[in-house]
Amino acid sequence: MEVDKKEEIASETSSEQVVNPWEVSAKDGGRIDYDKLIDQFGCQRLDESLIARVERLTSRKAHVFLRRGVFFAHRDFNEVLDAYEGGDKFYLYTGRGPSSEALHLGHLIPFMFTKYLQEAFKVPLVIQLTDDEKCMWKNLSVEESQRLARENAKDIIACGFDVTKTFIFSDFDYVGGAFYKNMVKVAKCVTLNKAMGIFGFSGEDHIGKLSFPPVQAVPSFPSSFPHLFPGMDMLRCLIPCAIDQDPYFRMTRDVAPRLGYSKPALIESTFFPALQAKNGKMSASDPNSAIYVTDTAKDIKNKINRYAFSGGQDSIEKHREIGANLEVDIPVKYLSFFLEDDAELEHIKKEYGEGRMLTGEVKKRLTEVLTEMVERHRMARAAVTDQMVDAFMAVRPLPNMFE
Amino acid sequence: MGFTKDHLLARLQELQIDYSKYEHPPVLTVEEQAKYVSSSEGTLSKNLFLKDKKNRYYIVSAMVDTKVDMKVLSQRLGLGKGGIRMAPEEALTELLQVSLGCVTPFAVINESARDVSLLLDQKFMNQTRCIFHPLSNDVSISLNTSGLDKFLQSIERDPVYVDLEANPVVGKDQPPDLAVYVPSNSVVVPELPNKTASIQTPSKNVSAEKTKPAAASAKPSKPAGNVKSAVENSALLVFKDPEKFVEEILDKTSALLLSEMKVENVEALTETLRKRLAPQFTNLAVMYKNKAYSEGFYAGTHSQPKRPQ
Repeated sequence: MEVDKKEEIASETSSEQVVNPWEVSAKDGGRIDYDKLIDQFGCQRLDESLIARVERLTSRKAHVFLRRGVFFAHRDFNEVLDAYEGGDKFYLYTGRGPSSEALHLGHLIPFMFTKYLQEAFKVPLVIQLTDDEKCMWKNLSVEESQRLARENAKDIIACGFDVTKTFIFSDFDYVGGAFYKNMVKVAKCVTLNKAMGIFGFSGEDHIGKLSFPPVQAVPSFPSSFPHLFPGMDMLRCLIPCAIDQDPYFRMTRDVAPRLGYSKPALIESTFFPALQAKNGKMSASDPNSAIYVTDTAKDIKNKINRYAFSGGQDSIEKHREIGANLEVDIPVKYLSFFLEDDAELEHIKKEYGEGRMLTGEVKKRLTEVLTEMVERHRMARAAVTDQMVDAFMAVRPLPNMFE
Repeated sequence: MGFTKDHLLARLQELQIDYSKYEHPPVLTVEEQAKYVSSSEGTLSKNLFLKDKKNRYYIVSAMVDTKVDMKVLSQRLGLGKGGIRMAPEEALTELLQVSLGCVTPFAVINESARDVSLLLDQKFMNQTRCIFHPLSNDVSISLNTSGLDKFLQSIERDPVYVDLEANPVVGKDQPPDLAVYVPSNSVVVPELPNKTASIQTPSKNVSAEKTKPAAASAKPSKPAGNVKSAVENSALLVFKDPEKFVEEILDKTSALLLSEMKVENVEALTETLRKRLAPQFTNLAVMYKNKAYSEGFYAGTHSQPKRPQ
């Protein structure tokens, strides 16, 4: 049973780090303490042995995000692997809150990883677009949030999901029927006080917000998708997400046994740092804190050169003497997310950390890597038509979803 | 990707700029705004978005009772007598990313407005507080000019205050005094593209997509823009046409092979090929599959004969 942790949500708090679905900030302007977070939330570290197990079970090298500790925490991932090894499959569930048209690299990370999981384990995937959430929290009109959901769906599809194994849905379109029945069942199990404790709601918040958490919870239950998983009520669910989403799923895991459902498993990631490295995560409110998928090669080069926070020293002499501060250097951090080649990354870290390589060179390599990635994404994005979005979002069976 | 009022207000708070906020129904004119925001809160502003014949743009922000003579302004900028006029609505949306009735000095926070020159009424400096729209015309904020200056400096702009009522002589020996504030770059704002991509061919989506990010920095290259989308169209065929698909795979493989020829060991070479090409080709294949499925799906869902209403 999960221990019900009481969080200090929001404001008082620059003396404590704050991590919840609506706010992420580090303590005292520093960096997020992930060990403390794991402790506070009660999830587990994803260790080397689990990664090795994944490689064995999937017969391929683990995704770069696993190797580099981007996805670093989990709940019950080893149970899912046990079941998988025994022949019992699972399905994947992830989502996006479509609050803006502009997606940056940080947004793509859970999708890139989920795509790898889909390919490696050969399992189906549901993707939830929480247009209702953004309509409520960001005060968008219903039409605007629906429009953004479709636009974002295109970028998501461009990440390379297989239409024969993927169901994308928007809350405004899909909520109802079996999905809604599960929502009511979940809602009955969570008191107002509990919701306020977990999510920080107050008497000032409108009732729409209060009733939202079940919407994000029930995709974890296969009976919410009768067209996909008929008669498979015990199918397990694995949720790749950023760690700030943990509160929703703690609540879900708490409720699941009471409804006779399996608890969803989670695999959680760190936050993608902003270019200027101010604590917390990349923010869609500052265009220069992030590389967008619509940025041109020139934009990327400029942003990295001008805004990427460097751990290099002030002068070349000093740099050659002491080397770069790899802890705070953003280009190296970004390379650790996106540079596939482990050997090359090690080489860069060594040379840069010992002062033989200069910041300019590291930035140049990063620019190459990111430009290639963004280019590839843009090409794929251009191939996504409204017709394709319709197909991904159609309520239809997926007969070959485990092949 | 324009800033919203919430982003802006969050930024002002981050910069510790003191301001007061007033929410009201959307207003399109100063008269309407005056109904909701009283003069005790600060002095209202009128904001003009102007354009010259060489596609350079200006925001002129003045106190409501300052007389702004466009002919004089045009001369002082060195543009001759009739060189300046109100900018068209597309420019408002594309460059300032605000709606009608919402021109404001704060619009220059957007990258798309980096070449827009901002001229502020000198008389603002004597006021305790001045009132502007923070990127949305259902909110007004009042703040001191020092706050406005701090904001401008934070986005690397020097605040420019000008005596807008002055009418200096401009002639051979008296150069136009505001010419220095004319932007060095002109901006081409394309006509509003038809974004309602309901009929689906890849070309439509590509060109509709391309104009949005490129708008603000596009030099007069409209013809080039069309050629580009034609090139992209044929590039997209690789996801639809089996021959192009295979050609792409063989092209990429041969290119890599030729560039890695120096490797002695043929086995190592094939390993490299696999490692480098597998992810790329998988993505290509998935998209190819998705396209085929989508087209089949569309055909399937539209194959019933129309039923009488």
